[in-house]
Amino acid sequence: MTNPNPKAGADIRALNLTRTYRMGDSDIRAVNDVAFSIASGEFVALLGTSGSGKSSLLNLIAGLDTPTSGSVAVGGRDLARMSREELARYRRSTVGMVFQSFNLVPAMTVLENVELPMRFAEVPREQRIERARRSLERVGLAHRFNHRPSELSGGEQQRASLARSLVNAPSLLLADEPTGNLDSRTGSEIMDLIHTINKEGTTVLMVTHERPLAERYASRFIFLRDGKLVEDPSEVPA
Amino acid sequence: MKTGDPVELAARNLRESVLRNSLTTVGISVGVASLVAMLSLGIGLQHLAASRLAKSGLFDSIYVTSGRRMQGPNGRRENRKGPPPPLDEPARAKMAQLTGVAEAYPDIRFPAELRTSSNTEPAPAPQSGNNKGAPASGEAGNSREYQLISGLPMSARQLESFDNLKGKYFSAPDAPEIILQTDEAKSLSDKPDELIGKQIILRYASRRLMQDDDANAKAASQYGAASELSVYAVTPNEAKLTVVGVVESKADAGIRGAGSAGAYIPVDLALKLAPMQATQVRLAGDRDPLANSYMAVIVRANRSSQVENIENQIKQLGYNTFSLLDATRNLRKFFAILDLFLGIFGSLALAVACLGIINTLVMSILERRREIGIMKAIGASDGDVQKLFFAEAGAMGIFGGSLGVLLGWIMGRIINAGTRIYMQRQQQFTPDDVWLVPLWLVFGAIGFSIVVSLLAGLYPAARAARLDPVQALRYD
Repeated sequence: MTNPNPKAGADIRALNLTRTYRMGDSDIRAVNDVAFSIASGEFVALLGTSGSGKSSLLNLIAGLDTPTSGSVAVGGRDLARMSREELARYRRSTVGMVFQSFNLVPAMTVLENVELPMRFAEVPREQRIERARRSLERVGLAHRFNHRPSELSGGEQQRASLARSLVNAPSLLLADEPTGNLDSRTGSEIMDLIHTINKEGTTVLMVTHERPLAERYASRFIFLRDGKLVEDPSEVPA
Repeated sequence: MKTGDPVELAARNLRESVLRNSLTTVGISVGVASLVAMLSLGIGLQHLAASRLAKSGLFDSIYVTSGRRMQGPNGRRENRKGPPPPLDEPARAKMAQLTGVAEAYPDIRFPAELRTSSNTEPAPAPQSGNNKGAPASGEAGNSREYQLISGLPMSARQLESFDNLKGKYFSAPDAPEIILQTDEAKSLSDKPDELIGKQIILRYASRRLMQDDDANAKAASQYGAASELSVYAVTPNEAKLTVVGVVESKADAGIRGAGSAGAYIPVDLALKLAPMQATQVRLAGDRDPLANSYMAVIVRANRSSQVENIENQIKQLGYNTFSLLDATRNLRKFFAILDLFLGIFGSLALAVACLGIINTLVMSILERRREIGIMKAIGASDGDVQKLFFAEAGAMGIFGGSLGVLLGWIMGRIINAGTRIYMQRQQQFTPDDVWLVPLWLVFGAIGFSIVVSLLAGLYPAARAARLDPVQALRYD
């Protein structure tokens, strides 16, 4: 399994990164003055308990959310300074995202779901079909092109989601609890695929609360508690 | 996203909620059908009135009389210095060449007696001596009282008076042919239709200027005339004419005068006959009573909008004119206002349909909130999402508009059919279409439906584009 359009992995630098949400009369700091860096091609696991701010941090790096203060730069470009249009372009060209709940469009077939990011990237139609097929073949779903997500198992849906995230050849793969809804065997298969993608040069940042899984695949860990980075992993429950 | 992609995705989304989207589309189509129905009724009525009026010859014609200081048909006295120009053949030819003039022909009406040549009853005693050139036949015939005969040009075939013509119209502008009104035809024969193709005799008074100077002077002296030039002879004359048609008797004369006579002959033939017209009596005192050879000239414009300009040009030539221009102007104004109000009422249903579009799209946003979040997460920009919802609104507009025009057209056909049946039962009306859907209305209505649908899609599309992807992804 090889990446059809290999790109060098993107590096990530976060500095004093803060994201505050207004909840009634009080402000909640989901990400609180976080600073870290991830080198190009690294496989980093972002660990923490539920509500520790992992997903909020991932959304900031994905360009889905903007920081309240501080900066986060991916591939040397500060996301905090980008317009909505530039962030959309960044999401379709630099980032691939895999979600815990797969997030496939239920009304579309697997092939159409994988084709969708290429529509936004304005890839010509004839190339779209070919690239979507190759991406699905890569994750072992060649026999499921015309099935709808509801007709697939959880593992197959996550494979389809992974195929969709890779179809525009991103330099950064963000995975939010990719095995959260899968049994351990299927989870391992998905993790093997993500690991292979990382080996091809794509930077991977994976949010998980399963420490053994992280230890098995990731080369480095970042621990979060109450929105802050924790130096001592023992402070984070396994 | 490229242009085709939002359309393709919109079509897919519309198919997903087929019932709701179909109902919205039907709502739009009812709105468009209502608009088309109202406007086509207005257009149809306008067309009907315009064609009827055009056929009456009222609104594209100018009645030109000599520039004498006399009260014209419009009741106004013209004040002009110097002698008026003669209203004769050169003047008519000059008017015919003015810009926008379709034709100019003399208004010739004269009293005459009609009788069938085959009838054996004795003719009444002749009223004056025989004409040398065309002696009275002396053949017995079924005599009639004097009737008004009118000379008509070939173009008068289009007049409403000839809608129900039995037989045919004149074959040439100077053909020895005659068309009778039904009442006249009935008095000549019990079976009026059988007169068509037969010959009848037209007995009339012709006028002739005395050529012999001595005779003129003698006659002038004998009758105490102002000068020898004003002496002319009026003699009885006859012409054999073939009856080519019979028309319904109608009271509506119009400027072009098709309805006011008992029988019609081609205008050039009427000129050749040189009949003494009743109205020429007023010219009898002139030094040269035949100089104004025409009592009036009727000028027909190509379009009613050109009447004013032509009328002004003719006035500058020194003639009096009369037209019903003001009436057409008011008529056009009336129909413009009618169309406006019909359009407003028709648009009300479309406005309600717009609310349906907004409601459908807003509901769609709520249902597809997570989908919008997914699309944004994988690279869709605000503009892409906006385009997608615009395409859906536009697609509903196209389908709704097309269906609406079709519905409106079918309604129109049904109403036309109903109106025809009703008018036929009334018998005195000619069946006509009151509903007209011109091509511009078809495309205009579909275009309007698309524009309105896109406008209705503005708010939902903007709302979808503004959705926060993080919030949208959390939505279940």
